[in-house]
Amino acid sequence: MWKFFSLDEIKKSLLMALWFIFLTFPIMVIRVNPIYNVVEWRWQNMALVGAGAFFLSFLWRYFLEYKNPAPSKPADDAAVSRSGRFSELLRSSGTRRLAIGAAVILALAFPYLFSSYQVNIMTTALIYVVLGLGLNIVVGLAGLLDLGYVAFYAVGAYSYALLNLHFGLSFWICLPIGAALAALFGILLGFPVLRLRGDYLAIVTLGFGEIIRLVLENWNDFSKGPSGIAGIPRPGIPGIEMSLNASSVFLYFLMIALALFTIMVVSRLRNSRIGRAWIALREDEIACQAMGVDKTKTKLTAFALGATWAGMGGVMFAAKTTFINPASFTFLESAIILSIVVLGGMGSIIGVIASAFILILLPEYLRAFSEYRMLIFGAVLVIMMVFRPQGLISNVRQTYRFKGLQENKEGD
Amino acid sequence: MLKIRNIRTYYGNIQALKGITLDIAEGEIITLIGANGAGKSTTLMSICGVARPRYGEIFFRGTPIHEMSTEKIVALGICQVPEGRRIFPNLTVMENLEMGAFLRRDGHGIKNDLDHVFDLFPILAQRRSQAGGTLSGGEQQMLAISRALMARPKLLLLDEPSLGLAPLIIQQIFEIIKKINAESKTTIFLVEQNANLALKVAHRGYVMENGLITMSDSAINLLGNEEVKKAYLGL
Ligand SMILES: Nc1ncnc2c1ncn2[C@@H]1O[C@H](COP(=O)(O)OP(=O)(O)O)[C@@H](O)[C@H]1O
Ligand SMILES: [Mg+2]
Repeated sequence: MWKFFSLDEIKKSLLMALWFIFLTFPIMVIRVNPIYNVVEWRWQNMALVGAGAFFLSFLWRYFLEYKNPAPSKPADDAAVSRSGRFSELLRSSGTRRLAIGAAVILALAFPYLFSSYQVNIMTTALIYVVLGLGLNIVVGLAGLLDLGYVAFYAVGAYSYALLNLHFGLSFWICLPIGAALAALFGILLGFPVLRLRGDYLAIVTLGFGEIIRLVLENWNDFSKGPSGIAGIPRPGIPGIEMSLNASSVFLYFLMIALALFTIMVVSRLRNSRIGRAWIALREDEIACQAMGVDKTKTKLTAFALGATWAGMGGVMFAAKTTFINPASFTFLESAIILSIVVLGGMGSIIGVIASAFILILLPEYLRAFSEYRMLIFGAVLVIMMVFRPQGLISNVRQTYRFKGLQENKEGD
Repeated sequence: MLKIRNIRTYYGNIQALKGITLDIAEGEIITLIGANGAGKSTTLMSICGVARPRYGEIFFRGTPIHEMSTEKIVALGICQVPEGRRIFPNLTVMENLEMGAFLRRDGHGIKNDLDHVFDLFPILAQRRSQAGGTLSGGEQQMLAISRALMARPKLLLLDEPSLGLAPLIIQQIFEIIKKINAESKTTIFLVEQNANLALKVAHRGYVMENGLITMSDSAINLLGNEEVKKAYLGL
């Protein structure tokens, strides 16, 4: 502990403080007062930033040190056992059942405990749970970095909006159609990118996402362009009139059902034949081929199945907001969904659910901090990735029985 | 069992195989030796359909396979242990082995073969729930061979199984290669740079240079051949 106050460390912190003063100078110190046409110099802010940065940098390094213990110890061992504790807790069936029970009760009681504003936010968060789990198939399991996932979300939303507008098709018919169309687009995207990996795949999928958005924005006859489509009906039960409030509660429960369905399917998929093939393909393509895995089919199924959930999420989104336009389907959306997957710990279902709630609810509840909310949001992301690069809940596989290894391992 | 007729394989404009003709009979251990970059791995990849020969033909038990998809070729009973082992590092030993049986549906047979590979490599049974990437190099090679055996191949293609391993481990692995051939009557096509070892376990051998077969003979004759001695045995 004491070595944190050596001269060297103090120098580091001083530099850090100066750097932060420099960075924040324009916003924290200078204020132009347009009424009197004068510049206010808020020097006390500079002092605050300096002092704050100085102390926080100590704290930061202390925690970093705590995370990566001194090199004399076997670093892996310590890190793994620490990260294992939480996963261990999750795996023990007692705590697990208790947690699931509590979550179910909370989910069912939620609309009766909180305002409809809260219910709406929760519905949105649930949509992102589904989107996160869907993208998790593509990125987490199959290891295909898809930056254009929002395209499939848009396909789902627009298929409901347009089919309803032109043909009066109801939500219940459009839900499977939206899913199927999104899957079809998944395959369409999949074909040209079959040979690509990593960065190249990311760039092409990014382009694909933008193409879909630009088409929606510019093809006025088809999609009504930037002005969007309004008056999309909310889902109902035929023969029952619902108030606005009741329909948002109904949508909430629908979303809960869809999320549960997604969780069920995705957790099944993971241990299925195709799930294994995805994971193996992510690890080594050549070895996979040598084992007789059909690379083309396996990748296309990942794209198609991943897109299916985005399609359903999109239909839900259109039904919830009753108005959609291309602005809802920008790259930022893809980035947020990808953040959910990465933050949750690639491939972990519970992790993805937790991070969807954190990433969607955090900005909502930070509205009190108005202009700082995105700053805090960004800071949380950065801190998370520095301290837990493996995600909230790391894949159990990677922490498999690490302890016994040290003594058993022999050189060859 | 396998007939390769004058195949030529290209990587883009680079010609890696310049007309290879090769025969493997049922139950044999055949070895293909040659220096680094001679085209040995490319020959194996061409058999499996991972790299496609532009010209020439390959027949497996009379069936032309040079235009077949890799999955179909594997399903016919040709399985490769790729160069550098290429096990799945984040899957457990058990899951790696299950991937080997990916195309099989006979649960009972898979179970038997699992017992069989655990008999061959008891160390893998101990490590069954450990991630593949945490195994030592020798154990990884054993896992790679076992994974291929789980496909119950009729023809097993081994690409440099001795690569980067200590002499003692290599010895052990080559013993087992002989055993697999003797006990299960699996035909083995062994690609090696370690010519001395390979020619000792093989029945016949081919020598490859710059994408061409330059010699083919029984293993004993090749071991005694002056040119082979000079170029590959370091004598
Ligand atoms: N993926 C590839 N792309 C381009 N050239 C390759 C590729 N793989 C191998 N080659 C070239 O093909 C030739 C044969 O390689 P390879 O079959 O790997 O030889 P070996 O296995 O005998 O060492 C070499 O000249 C190598 O540079
Ligand atoms: Mg090679």
